[in-house]
Amino acid sequence: MAMLNFERRYRVRGGTLVGGDLFDFWVGPFYVGFFGVTTFIFTAVGVAMIVYGAAIGPTWDPWAINIAPPDLKYGLGFAPLKQGGLWQIITICASGAFISWALRQAEIARKLGMGYHVPIAFGFAIFAYLTLVLFRPLLLGAWGYGFPYGIMSHLDWVSNTGYQYLHFHYNPAHMIAISFFFTNALALAMHGGLILSAANPPKGKPVRETEYEDTFFRDAIGYSIGTLGIHRLGMFLAVSAAFWSAMCIILSGPFWTQGWPEWWNWWLNLPIWR
Amino acid sequence: MKIVAALFGVVIATLLTVAMLFTAGWVHPPILSTQAGFRGLALNQLTTPAAKAKLELANALPAAIEEGPPDGPKASEVYQNVQVLKDLSAVQFNTLMAAITTWVAPDQGCNYCHNPDNLADDGKYTKKVARRMIQMVQHVNTDYKAHVANTGVVCWTCHRGNPIPKYTWTNGEGYPQATGGFATTNRGMGHPSWANGSTALLQDPYGPLDSQASVVNVRVQPTRALPLNSNGPSYQDAENTYSLMIAMSKGLGVNCTFCHNSRAFWSWEESLPQRVTAWHGMQMARDLNVSYLDPLKDLLPAERLGKLGDAPKANCMTCHQGANKPLLGVSLAKDWPALGGTAAK
Repeated sequence: MAMLNFERRYRVRGGTLVGGDLFDFWVGPFYVGFFGVTTFIFTAVGVAMIVYGAAIGPTWDPWAINIAPPDLKYGLGFAPLKQGGLWQIITICASGAFISWALRQAEIARKLGMGYHVPIAFGFAIFAYLTLVLFRPLLLGAWGYGFPYGIMSHLDWVSNTGYQYLHFHYNPAHMIAISFFFTNALALAMHGGLILSAANPPKGKPVRETEYEDTFFRDAIGYSIGTLGIHRLGMFLAVSAAFWSAMCIILSGPFWTQGWPEWWNWWLNLPIWR
Repeated sequence: MKIVAALFGVVIATLLTVAMLFTAGWVHPPILSTQAGFRGLALNQLTTPAAKAKLELANALPAAIEEGPPDGPKASEVYQNVQVLKDLSAVQFNTLMAAITTWVAPDQGCNYCHNPDNLADDGKYTKKVARRMIQMVQHVNTDYKAHVANTGVVCWTCHRGNPIPKYTWTNGEGYPQATGGFATTNRGMGHPSWANGSTALLQDPYGPLDSQASVVNVRVQPTRALPLNSNGPSYQDAENTYSLMIAMSKGLGVNCTFCHNSRAFWSWEESLPQRVTAWHGMQMARDLNVSYLDPLKDLLPAERLGKLGDAPKANCMTCHQGANKPLLGVSLAKDWPALGGTAAK
């Protein structure tokens, strides 16, 4: 892959968090860095373990491959490789790879003298993942509470875990998370649509400047959040969606064991009409 | 003015937040759990040490009473008007009477059912009801082994020292059906109740447990995509079933995954064996309600009847009382072959 002619300007030394100059180089278009190396190692080992898990499993059907966490009886200890130990290794690898990737983003941001917004935003996704496979199992006392790695099997886990609380849609944090996910999709669709409508005109038509975009929303709803503001809003919505997803599942089990609908008894029990 | 409105808003929001955060029911680790099914499938039951202790307390056993020997003269020879327990020896009969008193009317004593001047007198309605209930217990223990297995039931299973079991149901409980306006078509929904688990589902879901249909069939999930038969179960049927299932869960103190793998609720192959037991339990509840409890309305005084004049009926909670096995699986019936119990080997 040829380097674009301006890229060399930005390929400056320094800014690394770990490893000094040792891994401070590029491979093709990719910055390597210490965390690029760790990402690669974790990913390679993790994927190899998944392939091994599939190989010793009953199927190669990609939908049905299932690498499940240990039985609850193993608690927070190690399980035999074929009884959930693989899941534990893959979880370590996945966590390592995700966190390495975020730190690599941070190193690149430092090199370029930019803010840490991207690794922070990605950090919320990692937080949501770790909540599922690390924090919640720790609170409940067994790795077996993590979700299995498999396309269909993880969906079955979601369904059954939801029905452990009779009706998960009554989970207040789940409600907030869903609202953020939908709002996030709405905001992204409107933002994408607006930019395309102004900056991507048909051949021969002029590109419209930012003022047109602002005016469109002022005309439509009386307010434009602005060019920077829409991205603040976007980051807030996306990060909130991930955060409240993590909240809705960390509450379920460690802090609430009944049906979620009953949580709403606080409303029925308000002293006004109790 | 703006400041006052803002302050008011903040106060209201704070109060609501406090109500939410301090609502009853929050727990904290350690959480106790049991796993059913394959690892990672999330068929788990969760509880807390406090809830477990409370359940154990609620399932404390009554003072042990030993059934008398079957030798000696028969009760029907010694006493008059013995209609049901005829084959018992008089000693057996008397020990059972003492047990029933402990189980059902410990504070009221023998006279709760009997006329002290003539124990054979059927004057008190409670005596006639008790006779019918003995027949019901025998029916359960002999004909519903698919549900009660050899554990069986005795009076205590439901009564726990109360003349009327603590958990019964009658029709028309809860929020009254509107007689005018749009609310007449709310189909009993939108009113959180104990039975529907505080959801907006049907508030009175026990209809199928008292229906004249010979089999309780509340299965509503189509077994193929895009059902072509427009006469199939309706949306309301599905919500009613959901509500009944929630009532069942609460009665048994379990969640949906005690019986079901939720990826295919309908599939017997993918369900847990408990679902079969529960299915027989529904059939049993319907049979008991229709054959034994409904007809009691002719015997019971008005104050014992429900709003709509029906007799108190049984549902899962009546026996189970929040435990997936009533009395946490302890068998009292094994000591009482007279009640149809299967003697311990």
